[in-house]
Amino acid sequence: MYVLNVNGERRSVDVPADMPLLWVLRDIVGLTGTKFGCGIAQCGACTVHLDGQAVRSCVLPMSAIGDKPVITIEAVGKTPSGQKVQQAWLDIDVVQCGYCQSGQIMSAAALLARTSNPSDADIDAAMSGNICRCGTYVRIRAAIKQAASGKTEVLQTIAPTGSAGDS
Amino acid sequence: MKLHDGAPLSDADIDIGRRSALKLSGLTIAFLWAGAPGTVSAAINARRQAGDAAAAAADGNPPFAPNAFIRIDANGSVRLVMPNVEMGQGIYTGACMMLAEELGVGMDQIRVEHAPPNEELYSMPLLGGQITGGSTSTRGHWEVLREAGAVARTMLVTAAADRWHVDPSTCAVSRGVVTHQSSKRSLGYGALAKSAGALPIPAKVALKDPKDFTLIGKPLRRVDSADKVKGATQFGIDVRVPGMKIATVKACPTFGGRLVGINDKRTRAVPGVIAVLQLDGAVAVVGEHFWAAKQGLDALDIEWDLGDNATLSTAKLREALADKSIGGTPIVAREVGKKPADGKLVEAVYQLPMLAHATMEPLNTTVWVTAERCEIWVGTQVPTRCVAAAAKITGLPEEKIVLHNQYLGGGFGRRLESDSVEQAIHLAKQVSYPIKVIWTREEDIRHDIVRPMYHDRISALLDSHGRPVWYGDRVTGGTVLGRWAPTAMGKNGLDDDTVECVAEVPYDIPNLKVEWVRHDMPEGLIVGWWRGVGPTHNLFVVESFMDELAHTAGRDPLEYRRALLQKNPRSLALLNLAAEKIGWTSKALPARVGRGIALGEPFGSRVCLIVEAEVTPQGEVLLRRAVVALDCGVAINTSSVEAQIQGGLLFGLSAALYSGITIKHGAIEQSNFHDYRSLRINETPLVELHRIESHEPPGGLGEVGTAIAAPALANAIFAATGVRLRSLPVDRAALVQNADALKKVIADSLGGGELDRRA
Repeated sequence: MYVLNVNGERRSVDVPADMPLLWVLRDIVGLTGTKFGCGIAQCGACTVHLDGQAVRSCVLPMSAIGDKPVITIEAVGKTPSGQKVQQAWLDIDVVQCGYCQSGQIMSAAALLARTSNPSDADIDAAMSGNICRCGTYVRIRAAIKQAASGKTEVLQTIAPTGSAGDS
Repeated sequence: MKLHDGAPLSDADIDIGRRSALKLSGLTIAFLWAGAPGTVSAAINARRQAGDAAAAAADGNPPFAPNAFIRIDANGSVRLVMPNVEMGQGIYTGACMMLAEELGVGMDQIRVEHAPPNEELYSMPLLGGQITGGSTSTRGHWEVLREAGAVARTMLVTAAADRWHVDPSTCAVSRGVVTHQSSKRSLGYGALAKSAGALPIPAKVALKDPKDFTLIGKPLRRVDSADKVKGATQFGIDVRVPGMKIATVKACPTFGGRLVGINDKRTRAVPGVIAVLQLDGAVAVVGEHFWAAKQGLDALDIEWDLGDNATLSTAKLREALADKSIGGTPIVAREVGKKPADGKLVEAVYQLPMLAHATMEPLNTTVWVTAERCEIWVGTQVPTRCVAAAAKITGLPEEKIVLHNQYLGGGFGRRLESDSVEQAIHLAKQVSYPIKVIWTREEDIRHDIVRPMYHDRISALLDSHGRPVWYGDRVTGGTVLGRWAPTAMGKNGLDDDTVECVAEVPYDIPNLKVEWVRHDMPEGLIVGWWRGVGPTHNLFVVESFMDELAHTAGRDPLEYRRALLQKNPRSLALLNLAAEKIGWTSKALPARVGRGIALGEPFGSRVCLIVEAEVTPQGEVLLRRAVVALDCGVAINTSSVEAQIQGGLLFGLSAALYSGITIKHGAIEQSNFHDYRSLRINETPLVELHRIESHEPPGGLGEVGTAIAAPALANAIFAATGVRLRSLPVDRAALVQNADALKKVIADSLGGGELDRRA
């Protein structure tokens, strides 16, 4: 039995020591915003924050977490950098299929939390572990810069829309 | 332009020239052909159909549901049902814009819903089925969705005018409210829904003049963005059903191999493992959670019968393909004029690899089979095909199959197949509870339904000025269509997809002969649609070869193309625009930096791409810039247009740089992103899009950037190095400057050799 400190809540989970955090989040806790993409820390879709650092949850065993706080995409909007990143993602309309974007946003938020004004090289270093098969990289770069500077980058979309429903 | 009004066209109805006029393309034309004589292809309609009442009833029975796409509830909420599926291409937003433009509501006032499987109501007119693919969605729905919005708006206005006893023409709509201007009275759509619902459906409605558009043509935020940035969007893999267990599978690694037996003693000992299920060619472990299932599967001792393909290799496949290219019987796809007797003959052989899709969301399906019904949750491009497959597998009638479509974490053609869904249904039949079957990434790549490999022999005759007076191309490869929609094959056995964008080229070349030699892969090696389909394959060959011809003629590739485009002003304008924007004639480039042009007319759009790339002395390719000039006809959402071109282009460049599926001992060698590489942000060039405004009907977009990517890259590499790449992916060993360069590989990779790509 482990006690997981996730998104400010303590959750008791009865799971094996070697079970990666990804599957604890998705299949036990029910937080499905964190995605499975590769299982070997190659794609970054599973990125969460562990004690403020971006980590690949698909290879992070429960036994390695202890009481360090975990933040996922569902709660990153409550952090200053996460809020800025999500807003820039909306303003520039980064997403396409969206499946990798939880991980992209988590990596970007961790970057901004430690580097308030990242260079292109900083962005490359922090974001090159996150694959996007739709190829949203051009807008990801612009959105990170916009989140950092507050200055408008590239095309801005207009007319905020209602939430998309699931049937 | 009404393309298809119900009656299927026969292949005799559509010749190559007419196809060109209709701006159709392979997958599209295939389906027009697919309608068997005597059957009536259902197609979506702006007005209420026989099946609408039941569909609306199942969707909360809203008071106003004038067609299959619009539901307005008494509280004024507007729900739009999406005929296509959303896999990143932005079609939910585009479809909403087309509907909302005429309906008279804001994009912030709507909710979107996935369509249920229903051929009668949601069949794509260009594909003859409820299918999302072939870059057809906007092309096929551009008229009908606007008309559907106009039908609804007309009825709502009529209802208001009736209530006020005024002429409907004196009323205006805005943001879901009808206003009688002179009396300043107004009523919301919710208040009007019931009375509008009782009115007859108008036979004729007026569509807006494009100059009055308030949504179409603007850069609008996607309707799915807000949830996607919060991780709140439900993809297929996120489905959670009460009582559900989770399974993961392993199919026989070889193509067509069989399961002989298992020893599950160690698997049963893994905590959380619930069941071990066997199929003909695969085994699955069911667990309380994915990790238990995965651990259990890893612990399983499996004996496979590797079957007839146990010694198959890429080299053997390549050899057989090359032999067939010479010895096989070609089908003539298009022949114009005759090959002149004189001229300089230029010949080349091009080879393309098999490709996996590697959607970010691995394949998955959730299924619950009981004696009475089968319920499926999946993100699929072919919902009705999945329903038909489920009926066949379970023996239940189709009305007992309930399929809930989901957001797709990428499609790229992989989710045009139902193999993983069928497998999940077979597994679910063996248990009493719902199961979510998730493929690992390794399973997803090793058991992809790959893009076919091709072997193409292309040639041309040049006159004394170096201008082509004839070209010939013999494409050799497998057929996707022949399996996926066999009735869509041409009468002469032609798979039209295999020659798309080479049977017709933008250039003025008077004589040509294009042929296809069918070469089926060994039994069990199934080939499928991959983003860009025929054009992705053929544009690489044609546009690389155009550069070869220019080089042979001693001409600049831009000037060479220009001379051949004098009768094609729309494409010539794109070529000139892209050249101007990248500064083709401006200052000289650094050593080992080159620019490459590619031009094409895929999917009813026109595109010119110029890539600027640097090749390091060690043969590494660095993308510096990509400039795209596009004419896609009317643009619905200009932000989505840009996104699709950027993303599609990077998808194509990624494949050209890194991707190729190879086979050893009858199995796919690649397994995950470490050995099936994908472009990353640090490798991404600047991408600029310059769009020519047009009032022509919309062209396709989802595959355009992908289809044009590889030849521009290969031509840029040639310009940088003088090395002509006639196969993909890029062979870095062929690009090494000299032996000394390799000695410096470590030092250079750490800094010195890399130019600043974003200067």
